[in-house]
Amino acid sequence: MRFLFKTSYDDDIKLFPHSGYVVSYGILLALLLIAPYVLSSYLMSQLVFVCIYATVGVALLILTGFTGQASLGHAAFLAIGAYTAAYLQKYNVPFPVYFLAAGALTGLIGAMVGFPALRLQGIYLVIATISFALIVEEILARWESVTNGNEGMRVKTLSLLGVPVPRDSPAFYFLCLAVLVLTIVGTLNLLRSPTGRAFVAIRDSETAARSMGVNVALYKVKSFAISAAITGFAGVLFAHKLSFISPEMFTLQLSIEFIIVILIGGTFSLHGAVLGAIFIVMIDPFLTYLKDDMPGIIAGIAATFGAGSATAANVQSKVAAFASLNGLKGAIYGIIIVLFVLFEPLGLYGRWLKIKLFFQLFPLYKRATFKRQKIYVKSERNR
Amino acid sequence: MLDFVQQLVSGVALGCVYGLIALGFVLVYKATEVVNFAQGDLMMLGGFFAFTFIGMLGLNYWIGFAGAVAAMALFGMLAERVVVRPILGYPQFSIIMATIGLGYFLRSVAGMIWGTDDLKIETPFSQGVLRVGSLVLAYDKLSVIAATMILCTLLWLFFNKTTLGTAMRASSENMLAAYYMGIPVKRVVSVVWAISAAVATCAGVLLAPITFIHSNVGLVLGLKAFPAAVLGGFGSIPGAVVGGVLIGVIESMAGFYLAEGWKDVAPYVVLLAVLLLKPEGLFGLHVRKKV
Repeated sequence: MRFLFKTSYDDDIKLFPHSGYVVSYGILLALLLIAPYVLSSYLMSQLVFVCIYATVGVALLILTGFTGQASLGHAAFLAIGAYTAAYLQKYNVPFPVYFLAAGALTGLIGAMVGFPALRLQGIYLVIATISFALIVEEILARWESVTNGNEGMRVKTLSLLGVPVPRDSPAFYFLCLAVLVLTIVGTLNLLRSPTGRAFVAIRDSETAARSMGVNVALYKVKSFAISAAITGFAGVLFAHKLSFISPEMFTLQLSIEFIIVILIGGTFSLHGAVLGAIFIVMIDPFLTYLKDDMPGIIAGIAATFGAGSATAANVQSKVAAFASLNGLKGAIYGIIIVLFVLFEPLGLYGRWLKIKLFFQLFPLYKRATFKRQKIYVKSERNR
Repeated sequence: MLDFVQQLVSGVALGCVYGLIALGFVLVYKATEVVNFAQGDLMMLGGFFAFTFIGMLGLNYWIGFAGAVAAMALFGMLAERVVVRPILGYPQFSIIMATIGLGYFLRSVAGMIWGTDDLKIETPFSQGVLRVGSLVLAYDKLSVIAATMILCTLLWLFFNKTTLGTAMRASSENMLAAYYMGIPVKRVVSVVWAISAAVATCAGVLLAPITFIHSNVGLVLGLKAFPAAVLGGFGSIPGAVVGGVLIGVIESMAGFYLAEGWKDVAPYVVLLAVLLLKPEGLFGLHVRKKV
């Protein structure tokens, strides 16, 4: 293992603590850059969705993971970004302008949501953000002169500096990847700045942060605004990728999916947001696989273990019937959320950290390293 | 004027259902500081159980009702044991997520078992109407109001006059201290979940003639019951019912007097306004921490 000796305060806030980071992330980036020339168009499409979901995940992480303000209203921010893009596009506004405008508008609305949120805590905040999302959903459905109501809006092909960028082209993928990478690097930089450290201080203890001189109200609103703005940027890309948006795409369901992204990845790390996004996007292809190939495979296994062809066909039809149940996706989501909360609250990234630590400390690994603390005494009701 | 009274009564009836679901939230929150996002889905499941007993097995309405309540009380205990107990005492966010996951799961599984059609239960109240002058009041709506009043009285008596109720209030104040005082906190929490699932079932069965039972009804009504619980101040039993009635009345008035679209949004607009002005709700206690 590698020992890091920190000799100055600057060592604490380096973007890359050692050269291993540069090498591994460099290889990852190179793989991502050659991906469109290797992978099938279906997988590329999924990869674009991974980029968009991961961007929203990082945005939500800033708010929920680092500032400790839970939000179940991020689908509304995504919707505002997407609709701003679609609306401005009708008036032939160039892409860079409406991209930035969508971010700015969403950020502004995020700050406006942040102000009432200052007085709310925990569960009240969750409910307030849900209400906000439901109101936005209704406005999108009713404000027909702008949003075209329930019929939805068509989004034209993105054109960057006069060059069209179709939604299936490698160029569109590179755009999404660039937005994701910029978001991640920006967030890393934010986290080592005074603002980011103020966010973390507010998450850990609001009282302590206030007594250290952190302007809690200001930073909470800032956190809401930044998170919403990034989600707005992602919304523009989302609209272009789908090429058609309507209010029923931006429901509470989507907000919950974003929460699942950071929950499964781990609510404290940026790696987690990306891992969670991969999970959420890949569950659909997985279910398709389950539906199409799994029955055959299981019947094959049954046949190898000496079952007659009639039994094998029976097994095959049973599995097929199970896999094509229409609520299966919801049930899998539900089970996965519960299992992660119960057994792996640090998420996939936490699992990776545990594996890494196990090998680093090989004979001396202690399970208690990652043990959670119960806080029966501390009541959130009267803090 | 007649229209107004008519709307008021149906608003109150709908509001009582919201109030009953909100009551479930409040019970669980009062005892354990856990907000159960699956409360609406427990209601949905209760409705489906009642449908199975009454509609499919052909039992008497009251026996089926009691059977559904008993089954759901057991189910509530099971859910508490499996999902909530291991993470009791951890930050609220985890518990909220766990109950959201539970709700997701219940909704999908109910959809798989009972299908996605709207189901209907025949009740003794579903036919008749009561005429007061030129006012027409349906029995099923009146039955909801009456049942809510009875349940609230029973719960109030339970919390204030029985030992177990006192134990619940104690463990909601400070779980660890209650444990040191010899209160079986785990059992108390189990009972609370059983009661709240039973109350949710009552809501589901009473609601069956008004809105039909389908697998998403829990989500829809659960989201309406949140404003109810918050308006009343999370943690106050009369508050939950008053909040529910307010939300119901606001909704039906908005549906009648305002433009289309306001019906679904009005409760949330009112909720946001209340949260802005009085974050602890109408009946909530504002507790300050002494340093």
